[in-house]
Amino acid sequence: MGKVFKFNKDVDTDQIIASQYLLFPTIDEMKTHTFESLNSEFAKLVKPGDFVVADENFGCGSSREQAPSVLKALGVKAVVAKSFARIFYRNSINIGMPVIVSKELYDVVKEGDDMELDLEQGIIKTGGTTYSCTKLPAKMQEILDQGGLIASLNGEI
Amino acid sequence: MGMTMAEKIIAAAAGVESCKAGDIETVTLDRLMSNDGTTHLTIDMYNNLKNPRIADVSKLVWIIDHNIPSDSPKTAASHKKMRDFAREHGITFYEGEGVCHQVMMENHVRPGELIFGADSHTCAYGALGAFGTGVGCTDYLYAMVTGTSWLLVPETIKINLHGKLRDGVYARDLILTIIGQISANGANYKAMEFVGDGMASLSMADRIAICNLCVEAGAKTALMEVDDVALDYLKEHGREPKAIFKSDEDAVFSQVIDIDLAEIEPIVAKPHFVDSVVPVSECEGTKIDEAFLGSCNNGRIEDLRVGAAIIKGKHVADKVRFLVVPASRAVYKQALKEGLLDIFMEAGAMVMNPNCSVCWGACQGVIGEGETLISTGTRNFKGRAGHKDSFVYLASAATVTASAVRGYIVSAEKL
Repeated sequence: MGKVFKFNKDVDTDQIIASQYLLFPTIDEMKTHTFESLNSEFAKLVKPGDFVVADENFGCGSSREQAPSVLKALGVKAVVAKSFARIFYRNSINIGMPVIVSKELYDVVKEGDDMELDLEQGIIKTGGTTYSCTKLPAKMQEILDQGGLIASLNGEI
Repeated sequence: MGMTMAEKIIAAAAGVESCKAGDIETVTLDRLMSNDGTTHLTIDMYNNLKNPRIADVSKLVWIIDHNIPSDSPKTAASHKKMRDFAREHGITFYEGEGVCHQVMMENHVRPGELIFGADSHTCAYGALGAFGTGVGCTDYLYAMVTGTSWLLVPETIKINLHGKLRDGVYARDLILTIIGQISANGANYKAMEFVGDGMASLSMADRIAICNLCVEAGAKTALMEVDDVALDYLKEHGREPKAIFKSDEDAVFSQVIDIDLAEIEPIVAKPHFVDSVVPVSECEGTKIDEAFLGSCNNGRIEDLRVGAAIIKGKHVADKVRFLVVPASRAVYKQALKEGLLDIFMEAGAMVMNPNCSVCWGACQGVIGEGETLISTGTRNFKGRAGHKDSFVYLASAATVTASAVRGYIVSAEKL
């Protein structure tokens, strides 16, 4: 069970983690600045197992992998959005963070709602209702199942 | 069934006869570009691999362009890590030579190549008929170690350009207008291919500006056919094509858009979205604190000529900072030779070293709370140029320079 943090459409990766922090040596040093421009309390309030829920085109803009990485480092269990920008989506899978497409969830949940995700079943439970999520393409599910692309790479070389 | 240009490049890179949109192919990359925005993290991941190795070091190009010269000890440490690693492994390395995509266009990109860049604006390479696409550092690392990656073959939106842009209207007005039309995710996962009789009037600078910005509509890549303009550019820079592809007559496109270039107007993209595009007149009079002429989108010699012609004999408005940042050392030297930098300096502009500058908002020219920037950069996201409560308007080199002179947003024809 986790809490919902809600964001609008076209959230770009500059909002997730601003340029001025990208050259910090590690993701751990960057993560306290996550979503600073949109919700300056986010990094303090978010707990492992919580969710980010967003409207269309989440993660548009820059290819900075630091964006999904800071969310993962803060313990965000999954990002659920109506749709994702391409590079963010791919980066998230590559680092082993679930990104889930749901066309309906954004319109029904509120900030702070409790939510539960069953990744294997592909279902989300919140407010007494169960929602099904769009499945990942097989290739991406395979990468996610292995814990990300680096784990998969370590298996290959 | 015929294939699109994107399908042909991917098929060639995958070593298969044909492929179609929706297929997933394993491809061998021709080139791998990475810059200081993420490379320090790639190196850390590389060093933690079970069996770290580089498949083909000759394909790697590393470029320090985002925070150069370094602005803090933390940046300096990340740069040092990148510089040392590049030296140790014999990776082609540039530092302070210019914005990565301009450096790549001047020195490396060849038609028909499939290129991964750890930077979203890698789609710029389509101006030379190459499939460039932005990736994160994990994808980059995988490709660096194995020489390969997997790609979902994209659908293609065909954009037919007809006629010519009017005087005082630029490629940047055109591509921002298209992004405004199709929206910030209108080309998500797709390739954007530009064709038509209108291409003939577009210079390489125009073409790079157009392809470069396609990611702002979500595009995976942008492509243009290789014609004499592209071949002349290649020759001038001492390179030959790898292969020249063009979409078949019966190729399948997900969407076809027709644009009459003569109808394009000078526009601005308002804060905080690249697709918030309106005619300049709608924002006329908006007070600015800073103006920026530069970036991988609009920092080429052609853009500096446009700016210099407008500001010659005039002066930057009181209390306005005007940053002029040539996109590469070659552009800088050419501007110096043509006397353009003198014109900018005499007009009160600040001419900076080639780098990403305020377009990426973390090095020079960062703006403060409540301030407004008009920019030829790539993005106007909230906080993109500095403080989270600041404002960025995107416009052409002409509109930016005219606004720097007046101190408020104005089109060059009204100056």
